[in-house]
This record gives sequence, structure tokens and C-alpha cells, in this order.
Amino acid sequence: MSKIVELINVFALLSLLAVGGGTAVLPQMKHETVQTHHWVTDTQFAEIYSLGQLAPGPNMTCVMLIGYEVSGVAGLIAVLIAFFFPACLLCYFVSKVWDAARGSPWRDAVQRGMAPIVIGLMLAGCYALGKTASYNPARDWEFNLLTLAIGAAVAVLLSVTRINPALTIVGGGVAGYFLLGS
Amino acid sequence: MNESAAPPVSLGRIFRVFALIGVTSFGGGIVAYLRHALVEKEKWLDEDRFMAALEISQTLPGLNSTNMSVIVGRQLRGAAGALVAVLGMVLPGAAILTALGFAYVALRHDPKVAVILTGVAAAAVGLLLQVTLKIGWKQLIRPKDLLLVIVVFVLVGIFHISLPVTLVTLAPVAIWMNRPGAEKEAA
Repeated sequence: MSKIVELINVFALLSLLAVGGGTAVLPQMKHETVQTHHWVTDTQFAEIYSLGQLAPGPNMTCVMLIGYEVSGVAGLIAVLIAFFFPACLLCYFVSKVWDAARGSPWRDAVQRGMAPIVIGLMLAGCYALGKTASYNPARDWEFNLLTLAIGAAVAVLLSVTRINPALTIVGGGVAGYFLLGS
Repeated sequence: MNESAAPPVSLGRIFRVFALIGVTSFGGGIVAYLRHALVEKEKWLDEDRFMAALEISQTLPGLNSTNMSVIVGRQLRGAAGALVAVLGMVLPGAAILTALGFAYVALRHDPKVAVILTGVAAAAVGLLLQVTLKIGWKQLIRPKDLLLVIVVFVLVGIFHISLPVTLVTLAPVAIWMNRPGAEKEAA
């Protein structure tokens, strides 16, 4: 039971910290769930995040699988509610009064000021995931070269074509099966 | 604000429309799906109101997709509308993820599955990097913004300074740097 309460505390706070979308909260989430609480390993965290890319809908819904790892179905439901409810409630009430601030030049200042912070956080999230998913010190250089190449190939493919992002993730799995095995 | 005189949209309809968006959208391009469904197909909002809702969604904490669901659902049917819109957005993906998650927990120690998962995770890093660069290129080419991007990356990514501390110290500075009239004073 106390684990459920801890899960709710951590994910409710993360919900309210998720400025500029869920991805910006990734480095903090990894720190809380891997380093602080030891709920999942580095590798599990990266894998759970990538499962989120395979399913439709908001890709951060995958956080509920961390709850499942910790406390089964009850943990899954607790995290799902804790991660979505606080931010939704805040949005519900703030969006009601937001129109009063319409036309204030400070709104623009908030948006332009927060944008680089969000990008910095997203890059930190990339780095936090990549530290194990793209470059794993426990593996030899050939293996790491291949995982880095898979990531680079996906980034290039998405930049030059209009391919469905979920397909590139499936492609990564296929590449893993044929290139990284044995 | 004038609400339209059209009969209120049923809660079931709100749920179905958002569930359809939730189940067809992949990989973070959710804004395009929302615009298509809400503005072009259902005509629940005009372009201006859509952009206003998007602006709030992106400024407030939380996911853009669920914040959009809250705002549009509320405009259509109040609190109940907001609730069913969010449930529609989240539940289909959550159901698929639950199935994926059960399979993941059961199979992840299988060596064949383990290499597939490694490839999947390696690809997800590439996807995240590409999305970040795509939305962030404007910030990365403005020297003042780039400096802030680097500071945030180093604090949070390298030194693991906690996110609340980072936001409380840097957000006021960043907003002040972009305060009304700041560009003109500098010029």
C-alpha cells in the first residue's frame, strides 16, 4: 500500500512539472524512478518509454507500466490517474480564467521564455535515455555502434520522409533482431 | 463569450471523437490530428479558437493532447465534457499499452526479445532527438535562447539538478529576458 502512495506522490508531482508536454519531464522522471526509488532499471526505463512510441495516443501514457512493474494492476491504475489528473484539473480551472489575460504582452514573454527551457529539458531527456539505449558501457564498441546507427537512421528517416514514427520504432526492433542478436 | 446556438453535443459523441483521435495518432504529431478532427471535420471550433486553446495547452503543465481535450471538452459540455474527452484521448492507447506491457514483463528475459527491445529503444532515442530538433530549431539558432538551452541541459542532464529547482530559478530569468519591450530596449 505504501508503494502505491509513493507512486502517486511521485507521478502527481511530475504531472504538474510537465511544462511544454510530457517529454520535458523525462530526465526528472528517470531520476526519480531509477536512481531515487529503484522501481525500474536504466534499461527498463528506456524500453518502457519506447513501448509508448509503439502505441497510439499520448506517448507518455507508457508511464503506467512503471506502476505495473512496482505494484501490478493497482500500480498501473494509480500511476495513470496520478500522472494525468493533476495537470488536467489545473488546465480545467486555468483555461477558464485564461481569456482574461488575453492580449497581455506578458503571455508572449512567458511563451518565448519557456521555449528554450523546454528544449533544454527535451535534450536532457534524449541524453538520459541515450545513455543506456544508444550507448551502453557494458557492451562492446560494435554493439554500441549499431545502436547509435539505429537511432541516427531513425532521426534521418523522419527528417527527410513523412514516414509514420511508429513504423520507425518497429524498424528498430527488426534491426535489433537481425543485427544485435548472438 | 458567445456560445453558439447549436444544440449541445452529446457526451457519447465527444468521447467517440476523442477516442478516434487517440487511437489513430502516433508519435507525437497529435496536433495535426486534433486540428483535422475538431476544426475541419466536427467544426466544434474555428481556427482562431483552436489556436487559442493550443496556446494554453502548450503553456500549462501537462500533455498538450490531454490539455486540449480538457479545454475543448469543457467548452462543449463543461466538466463532464472535459472528463469524457480526456478519457477518450487516453484510454484506447492505455488499453493497447497494457497488453504490450503484460507481454513485455512476461517476455523481456527471452534473449531474442531482449535484442528486439534494445533495437526499439535505440530507435526511440532517434525519434525523440528528431522531434526535439524539429520543434527546437528556432531556439537553437537564437544565441540568447541557445545559451539557456545549454544551461538547462547541463544542469538537468549532467548535474541532475531537480526539475522544480531548475524551473523556479530559470523560468523567471527566461521570462524577464523576453519581457515586453525587451527587444526594443536592446536595439
